[in-house]
Amino acid sequence: MNIIVCIKQVPDTVDVRIDPETNTLVRVGVACIINPFDMYAIEEGLRLKDKFGGKVTVITMGPPQADEALREAISLGADEAILVSDRAFAGSDTWATSYTLARAMHKIADYDLIICGKQAIDGDTAQVGPGISAHLEIPQITYVKKIEELNLHSAKGIAHSVIRAERMTEEGFEIIESPLPCLITVVKEINEPRLPSLKGKMRAKKAEIKKWEAKDLDVDPALIGLNGSPTKVVKIFTPPPRKGGQILRGEAKEVASKLVELLKNEVI
Amino acid sequence: MDYLLTEEQIMIRDLARQIAREKIRPVAAEYDVEGKFPWDIVKILADSDLCGIYIEEKYGGTGGGVIELVLATEELSKACGGISLAVAATALGTFPIILFGTEEQKQKYLPDIAKGKKLAAFALTEAGAGSDAAAIATTAEKKGDYYVLNGTKQWITNGGEAEVYTVIASVDRSKGARGAAAFIVEKGTPGFEFGKKEDKMGIRASATRELVFTDCKVPKKNLLGKEGMGFIVAMKTFDQSRPGVAAQALGIAQGALDLTVEYVKERKQFGKSISSFQGVQFMLADMATEIEAARALIYAIARMIDSGAKKISRDSAMAKLFASDMAMKVTTDCVQLFGGYGYMRDYPIEKYMRDAKITQIYEGTNQIQRGVIASSLIKESAT
Amino acid sequence: MSIKVINEKCTGCKLCIKACPFAAIEVKNKKAEIDLDKCTLCGACIEACKFDAIVLTKISPSEIDFPRKIEEHKGVWVFCEQKNGIAQSVAYELLGKGRELADTLGVELCGVLLGENMKNEAQKVIHRGVNKVYLVDSPMLKHYQDEPYTKTLIKLIKEYKPEIVLCGATSIGRSLISRVAIGIHAGLTADCTGLDIDKESRLLLQTRPAFGGNIMATIICPNHRPQMSTVRHKVMKEAAVNNHHRGKIIEVNYDAQTYKSRTKLLDIVEEIEETVNLTEADIIVSGGRGLQNPENFKLIEDLAKVLGGAVGASRAAVDSGWKTYSHQVGQTGKTVCPKIYIACGISGQIQHLVGMQSSEVIVAINKDPHVPIFNVATYGIIGDLFEILPELTKKFKEVLKK
Repeated sequence: MNIIVCIKQVPDTVDVRIDPETNTLVRVGVACIINPFDMYAIEEGLRLKDKFGGKVTVITMGPPQADEALREAISLGADEAILVSDRAFAGSDTWATSYTLARAMHKIADYDLIICGKQAIDGDTAQVGPGISAHLEIPQITYVKKIEELNLHSAKGIAHSVIRAERMTEEGFEIIESPLPCLITVVKEINEPRLPSLKGKMRAKKAEIKKWEAKDLDVDPALIGLNGSPTKVVKIFTPPPRKGGQILRGEAKEVASKLVELLKNEVI
Repeated sequence: MDYLLTEEQIMIRDLARQIAREKIRPVAAEYDVEGKFPWDIVKILADSDLCGIYIEEKYGGTGGGVIELVLATEELSKACGGISLAVAATALGTFPIILFGTEEQKQKYLPDIAKGKKLAAFALTEAGAGSDAAAIATTAEKKGDYYVLNGTKQWITNGGEAEVYTVIASVDRSKGARGAAAFIVEKGTPGFEFGKKEDKMGIRASATRELVFTDCKVPKKNLLGKEGMGFIVAMKTFDQSRPGVAAQALGIAQGALDLTVEYVKERKQFGKSISSFQGVQFMLADMATEIEAARALIYAIARMIDSGAKKISRDSAMAKLFASDMAMKVTTDCVQLFGGYGYMRDYPIEKYMRDAKITQIYEGTNQIQRGVIASSLIKESAT
Repeated sequence: MSIKVINEKCTGCKLCIKACPFAAIEVKNKKAEIDLDKCTLCGACIEACKFDAIVLTKISPSEIDFPRKIEEHKGVWVFCEQKNGIAQSVAYELLGKGRELADTLGVELCGVLLGENMKNEAQKVIHRGVNKVYLVDSPMLKHYQDEPYTKTLIKLIKEYKPEIVLCGATSIGRSLISRVAIGIHAGLTADCTGLDIDKESRLLLQTRPAFGGNIMATIICPNHRPQMSTVRHKVMKEAAVNNHHRGKIIEVNYDAQTYKSRTKLLDIVEEIEETVNLTEADIIVSGGRGLQNPENFKLIEDLAKVLGGAVGASRAAVDSGWKTYSHQVGQTGKTVCPKIYIACGISGQIQHLVGMQSSEVIVAINKDPHVPIFNVATYGIIGDLFEILPELTKKFKEVLKK
C-alpha cells in the first residue's frame, strides 16, 4: 500500500521571538524539529508498511532547510521524500498550503492513505489535514487514536479497500469506516514513535530528496502563496508574560487554610 | 574539544545521545530502585542498530570498532551507568569471539549479537579468582566430542539475561594460567544454571549473577582458540574492553557534571546563584578539565586499538585507571555541590556516585591496572 | 472533482462495468453512463478502460471559485454544533460574541443548526438572541459526519451569503469548518481568543495565539467572504437566555446527494470518566511525576471530587502510564483554561505551561522552590504535596459543607 505522510518542520522551542522591524518570527538560531504530532503520523505510516508492505512517502512544504526534516523521516524508515518548496509559495495560509500540498498529492497520484498529525505546534490550526482532503475530495477521519482495521483488496482495485478507525471526541471516541483513498489525522495516543536507526541515518544522509517547485505542480498561480491566501496577518505581538504571584510557606495545615481562604470565593 | 570524528561516528554519538535523553533518563531512577533488567531499552538499542557498532558488516554489524563502542557507551552512561552496561558487557563477552573465534563460530554467534537479538557475557571471576585470573577453579574435562564443565563463576554481568557466555575454565589445573581455555556456552545448555542475583550498591539496572556449571557438556567446537590459551583470551579481551569501562566512567562523570552545572545556576544562596561563587566555579573548572583529559586519553587509545596496534595493555590500563578514578572524584564533588539535596535519593545525583564506584573495581581493579602499567614500565626500562 | 465519459472515445465495451465496485456504470446506446449518485470517484473504471474514454478531474479552480461579491454578504452566522440533539454550550458562547459583532455591524445574527428533529432545539437557540435559525433537519444529519455536514453548510453559505461564520474549535468544528473553507475559498482563522470589528473597513479582526500562546497575531480576511473563525470552548461568554426573544426558523432541505457520506459512522463510544471532561471543567487538579506512583493519584482525585473538578496529568505522568492520554494537559495533550488549575508535583516544563497558562488562577504545589511552575503560579505552595493535599481536601470539604 502506498502511504503519504505530510509533515511540517517547526521551531523546537516555544521560546520564539518577533523581529520588531519586520514583525515576523525570528527563525534563525532556533533549532527545528519535525512537528511532534507528525512523528505519530510517520510512525503509523511505517507500522502500516511493516504490516501490509508498500511504501511510505513523506512530503513537506517549506523552505529549503525543511530538507532536514525529510531526512529525519527517512532515517526512521520512510522510503521517499518530497520537498515542496518555491518562493512562490511563501506567505501561504492554510488554504493555500492545503491547495499546494493537494496538488503535490495529485502529482503523486498513486496513494491509498494520507496521514497527517492532528495539528502543528507552531500554528495549532488543525486545518491543513482536512484542507488537503477537501481539495482532493477524498474522505477524512480526523483525530484518529487507533486504526482498528485496514482491509486491502487490491485485486479489484483499491476501491474495495476500507479503513476502520477510532476518532477521538471530547466525550470518548467514534468508530468510523472509510473507503480508501482517505486522509486521516492522528493524535498522540495512536502509537509511540520509534527512534531512528543507524542504518536509517546513513541512508538518510545519502537519500535523494525530490524537490518540487510551483512549475512542477500544475498549480493555479492565483491560488498559491500570498495570492491564494484569503487571510492576512496584520499584527503580531507578544502578550505580557504571566507573572508568578504569592508564595505560601509553612505547615501543611496552615498553608492549606490560607489557600482555601484565597480560593473560597472562586470555588463556591 | 573537536576529536575529528567521522560522519558515521557523529551519527552514532548523536543517536546514542538521543536514546539516552529521550528513553533512558526518564526511567533511570525507576530501574535503579527496582533493580530490574532494562530489556525495553535493549530493544530500542537493537532497533537503532547500536548493538552491532563494533562488529564487522559481514556479520551484521555496522563495521566500527572500539572507538564506536566508546562513543556509544559514553553517551548512554550519561543517562545511566547501569543500563549502558547491557551493551558494554555484551561487547566484553563478544570480543573473545571476534578476536579468537573461527569463521564458523563468528557466523553462528555474531549476527544475532549485532542485531541485538542476543546479549553476551564474559565469565572469568570466581570466589577465589578475581584479580588473580590464574587461580580459576572451574574445570573443563575433555570427554570425546565434549568438554564437561564444573564450577561456579561469580558476579557475572548480564548473567541470566545473556544468551551467549564466554567462559574461562581450566583444562589442566596443574598448569595454572597456562592450563586455562575459553569456551562459548549457550544459555539453556544442560548443567548450566544461574545462582542468585546480586543486590548492588550501583549499576543496579545491570544484572550480576552467579553461573553454576554442573557436569555441563559443551561441544568441542565451542572451544575458543586452543587449550591453554584461556588466559591469553581473557587478557586480550580486557585490552579491548577497558576503554569501554573507561567510557562508562567518562559518561557517568559527564552526566553528573551536566546536572550539576544546571543545578548551581538555579540554586540560590545569599541572594545569588551559587554558580557565581568562585569556590564553586573552581570545582566546576577542575571537573570539566579532568573529564576532557580522560576523554582525550580514551579516544586516543580506542583509535590506537582500532588501527591494529599490538602493544595496548599498558595504554588500555591507563585509560581505565584514569577515567574511573576521575569519575569517582567528579561524582563525589557533584554530590558535594548539590549539598543536602545531593545526599537525597529524590535527586538524581547520588546515583552517579554509586554507579561510578564499580568502574574502579571491575575488569581489573585499579590496583591491578597500576600493576599492569608499572610492570610494562619496568619491563621497558630493562630492555 | 468530477468524472465523465468522453463519448467520442467510448466503444461501449462494458469493461468499465465489470471494474466498477459500486455498480455505478451502465451502457446505454453503446455509451457508458456513470450514475453520480453511486460513484465514489474511485477511479477503478479509468484503469479498466482501454480507450481512455473516462476522465477524472480532481481539482479545477473554477469549481472552487464561486462568485463572491463582498457587498452581497450580510450577517453573522454561528454554526451551532449539536450532540445527541442538544446544542452544545460552545455554540451559545459564540452566539454571545456573535451578537456583539452583529450589533456593531448593524446586521442580523443567525444560528445554523443541522440534525434530526431539531425544531425545539432551534427554538432554544432563538432564545439566545438570534434573529434567525437556519435549520436543516434530516435523519441523515442526526450525527455529525464530515461530508454531509460540509456539503450542507457550503450550500447554505452559497445560498444565504453570510459575511461572518463562527464555529467552535471542537473535534467537530475543526474537522468541518476546515473543509467548508476550502470548498468556498474562504479565509479561516483557528482558535481565536479575540474577535472584533474594524469600524472603518467593517472587517473582522481575529486575534489568536500561536506558538503556544507566546505570540498573538491579528488576522483579517479582506477579499473573501465569509470571514470564518473558530473559537475554543470557554473563551467567550455565553449569550443570556431570553425566553421572550422572537426569531425566525428558516427550514432548508437539500437533496439526498447532499447528505451522502462515503465514511460510515459505526459507533459512538462515550468513555465514562470518574470525573468530568477536562475541557469543560471549571476546576482542574493535575498531578505530575512528583506523585511518585499511580496510586498516589488518589490524592488528586479526592481533591478534584470535593471541588467538582476534573483530573489532569502532566506528560511525564501519562508517559509513565499513571493516567490515560485523555487526561494529559500540555502541548501534546489538551489545552485547558479553567477558572482554577491546581498543579501538584508538576515542575512546569514549557510544554506543560502552554497547555494551562491561560487558566484564571493557577495554584502550584511543589517541594522544589526552583521549578518553573512557580513562575506562572498565582499561588505557589512550597512543600510536601503528600501532606498538603489531604489537608486541602479536608479544608475544602468543610468550607463546601460536603
